Amino acid sequence: MPRETAVHEPHEHVFIPQHRHHFETEEQQREAGSFGMWLFLLTEIMFFGGLFFAYLLYRNWYYDAFVPASNFLSVTLGGTNTAILITSGFCMALAVWAAEVRKKQFLVIALILTTVFGLAFIGIKYVEWHDEWEHHHVPGAGFDISEFVSPNAHGITDQKAIPPDMAQHCQIFFFLYFAMTGMHALHMIIGIGLLVWLILRAQRGDFTAGYVAPIENFGLYWHFVDIVWLFLFPLLYLINRHPLK
Amino acid sequence: MTTHEQHFHDPANVTNPEHAEHHIVTPVHYLMVFGALLLGTLLTVLAADQDFGIMNPVIALAIASTKAVIVILFFMHVKYQSNLIKMTVAAGFFTFLVLITMTLSDYISRAWGLW
Repeated sequence: MPRETAVHEPHEHVFIPQHRHHFETEEQQREAGSFGMWLFLLTEIMFFGGLFFAYLLYRNWYYDAFVPASNFLSVTLGGTNTAILITSGFCMALAVWAAEVRKKQFLVIALILTTVFGLAFIGIKYVEWHDEWEHHHVPGAGFDISEFVSPNAHGITDQKAIPPDMAQHCQIFFFLYFAMTGMHALHMIIGIGLLVWLILRAQRGDFTAGYVAPIENFGLYWHFVDIVWLFLFPLLYLINRHPLK
Repeated sequence: MTTHEQHFHDPANVTNPEHAEHHIVTPVHYLMVFGALLLGTLLTVLAADQDFGIMNPVIALAIASTKAVIVILFFMHVKYQSNLIKMTVAAGFFTFLVLITMTLSDYISRAWGLW
């Protein structure tokens, strides 16, 4: 029977303000929203994927340069930042829960904590970048290879000296390092901007009356940015600690 | 269109083939995921201190992938989503793997330095 001619018994319709007319059901609207968000995140996978792939190839190619360059990074700072980012993600997950069960105050606090841990991450990242700047490890005309050519003269005892032409390739490591952590940090800064907007709206009660989609979809974005770092940390900081002989 | 009051098309009567029960993950579950992720971070740092030779990057990537899957399944709720969403996520990572495989097979099959 064609749907248009179907006769239904009159019954109660539940209208909710966030339900748009072009969606049959609220569930369909929600599904379409998640689907769209995931499609966006897939483009992000490809975007960061290209950087990861470049890292894979260049590490393979200039392995001897990537080892000391990578080992210059501080595992303590990187590890702390990983824990901070995971904590931020945990707060975000709690925020989604709070919106679902309509706890406004909890939602606002969870979003604020997410922001605070996000800012702490950027802060530590700044300390690291500053350190690399001080040591002239920013690729370009000011790049200084002396720490890699004669590590002993700089008080570095656990790294092998490498020839000057290979040491020049340390720039490629640092280029990729700044590109990857920089793009990651840019995503976080955009996220923090969105968080401020979400906090203001959450305070108004926008997301604790059944309309959870913005919180949920922002959560997807924030967790995605977390995942990128979960790979950046081992690849940039950890895997070169015991170089192959 | 004020005369068109009657809804012949009844949303309540539509069956969604992609229907998945809306599931709210509880804070207790989130706390367990949080603990697992912190444990994974500690594990990957400890593993990096050991010399496993060529296995060091493999172990690091295995731990990172496990953490990523945990985040995707629970923090990003994919475990509780419809098949459409699960398929979309899987297709994205699969496409990425295809791209890596094809580029790498090009890379390793060249006679580097021989021309």
